Amino acid sequence: MTTATAVPPAVTDAPPAGVKTARLLRSEWTKLVTVRSTLWSLILLVIITPGLSALFTWANDHNWSQANASDRANIVADPTSLILGTGFLFGQLTICVLGVLVMAGEYSTGSIRSSLLAVPKRTPMLAAKCAIFAAVVFVFGELVAFPSFFIGAKILHNHAPVSLGDSGVLRAVIGGGLYLAVLGLFALAIGALVRHTAGAITGVIAFVLVLAPLAQLLPGSLGKHVHAYLPSEAGHLIAQAHQSDTDLLSPWQGFGVFCLWTAVLLGLAAWLLNRRDA
Amino acid sequence: MIEARDLSKRYGDKLAVDHLSFTVQPGTVTGFLGPNGAGKSTTMRLLLGLDRPDTGSATIDGRHYRDLAEPLRVVGALLEARAVHSGRSAYNNLLVLAQTQGLPRKRVDEVIELVGLTSVAKKRVKGFSLGMGQRLGIAAALLGNPEVLILDEPVNGLDPEAILWMRNLLKRLAAEGRTVFVSSHLMNEMAVTADHLIVIGRGKLMADCTTEEFIERSSEKSVLVKSPDVARLAELITADGGVIAQADGDEVTVRNLLAPRIGHLAASAGIELHELAPQAASLEEAFMELTRGSAEYEGSIGGAAAPSSAPASSTEGSAA
Repeated sequence: MTTATAVPPAVTDAPPAGVKTARLLRSEWTKLVTVRSTLWSLILLVIITPGLSALFTWANDHNWSQANASDRANIVADPTSLILGTGFLFGQLTICVLGVLVMAGEYSTGSIRSSLLAVPKRTPMLAAKCAIFAAVVFVFGELVAFPSFFIGAKILHNHAPVSLGDSGVLRAVIGGGLYLAVLGLFALAIGALVRHTAGAITGVIAFVLVLAPLAQLLPGSLGKHVHAYLPSEAGHLIAQAHQSDTDLLSPWQGFGVFCLWTAVLLGLAAWLLNRRDA
Repeated sequence: MIEARDLSKRYGDKLAVDHLSFTVQPGTVTGFLGPNGAGKSTTMRLLLGLDRPDTGSATIDGRHYRDLAEPLRVVGALLEARAVHSGRSAYNNLLVLAQTQGLPRKRVDEVIELVGLTSVAKKRVKGFSLGMGQRLGIAAALLGNPEVLILDEPVNGLDPEAILWMRNLLKRLAAEGRTVFVSSHLMNEMAVTADHLIVIGRGKLMADCTTEEFIERSSEKSVLVKSPDVARLAELITADGGVIAQADGDEVTVRNLLAPRIGHLAASAGIELHELAPQAASLEEAFMELTRGSAEYEGSIGGAAAPSSAPASSTEGSAA
């Protein structure tokens, strides 16, 4: 009978935890690499980040003689921030969108129902999705951070020489990839909470681009503190080589704050995933 | 075996499933029948652990769906709404599911061939017709070679040839000893496919019996009588306790009196008979009879069956 040849009989005992984890990771990997949005988002990331890093660094270098002295001093003090700043500011948006799509896309297409029928305990599915997505984004984050840095450093070398061996620089460049990986999880969590692609993308972009300038409008030290503890503001400190006088948090403290935001949102997402009807 | 005990589910102010209990036995096709909005899909979602019941519980071979270690190897499900990623190919949609259960790629090829999608396996699901989507859903249900199948409206969107294919597939799966639980709002489809019926209306159990019993029980039987002297015969029938349900020229439809009795009355009065035919009610009629007044939506045209108190506010969408 054609309904059953290649399938061993159903097992009643649960397979070992390691086997189950490997299966879930393999399945989530397949999910990620078999949709076009992944390909396009990562291609855009790879083009935008080094491209804009190079362009903006070149513009600063080109206009060096016209720039005022304090700007020049800032660049010389921390060339890494200039090099990585603009590229990542725009490049990160591709990861925001992809992170949302990875989870909210399951809801918009209905594939979440198949996913939950296959993994009815639900939380392991979310965990495997997070692990695969964070790993892929981290690898691609490093793939754009290092070239961006080397291109920028080459452009700037006459006015503000910088190398990987300088204090804080290697950490900042690696930090660029770390930041993107956690940002991806942050977007994924929002996607899981909101469950609608457009709404979730709006929410993530609001967090990343809109709230920071708004927080700075708050009066006095309140605004300063709120701003410093916003997820992406705190998180991107890890991609700066030096802590500036105005930063309330050190790079690792900032990254910790970002991780905490993400962990809380993912915890909430997991709790709701188990409670809500699919 | 599927077992539902005292299942209830409320969405907002609508009670979609109302203290429903039943069991579904292996080796037969069990039809799950009810008008639109009766709670069929919701009940199936409760069985599959997609929705949480407000009361009661559902088990499959004695275990909750959520507790199954490799669920797709135990239960295969086809859901009413499409449950695949439209941006992924048919093959990859199935591969994603196969990998969670440790099933080989070969099995994916096998079920794709079984449902006749081999030529479009690498195409994105986005361009699939309703019928192709249903076939892909069936492939997903059969992926883990499960002993239990829960299929929500599997013939929806299929052409006549595919409906026949589906009917035979369901019967074959049941003949292999599997538990096959199939919902439909099409009574005649169930009449030729299902051996056993569970009928619900407004979330409540209305019947749980074999298909034959259902037709037998749910509808009054009638007898068609044709005679050149029909007026005199009708008098005799009425005098004997029969009811003339319909009269048309030399034909009458009689209720409440069986054919042998009518034949006897005619013979003893010397009345010539041209036809004396017991009428078996169709499943459609039996179903209409049983669920009269429990349908979620009823047309107002020819609406003898529509009670004026039928609520107009609730929608199928809220139950889905």
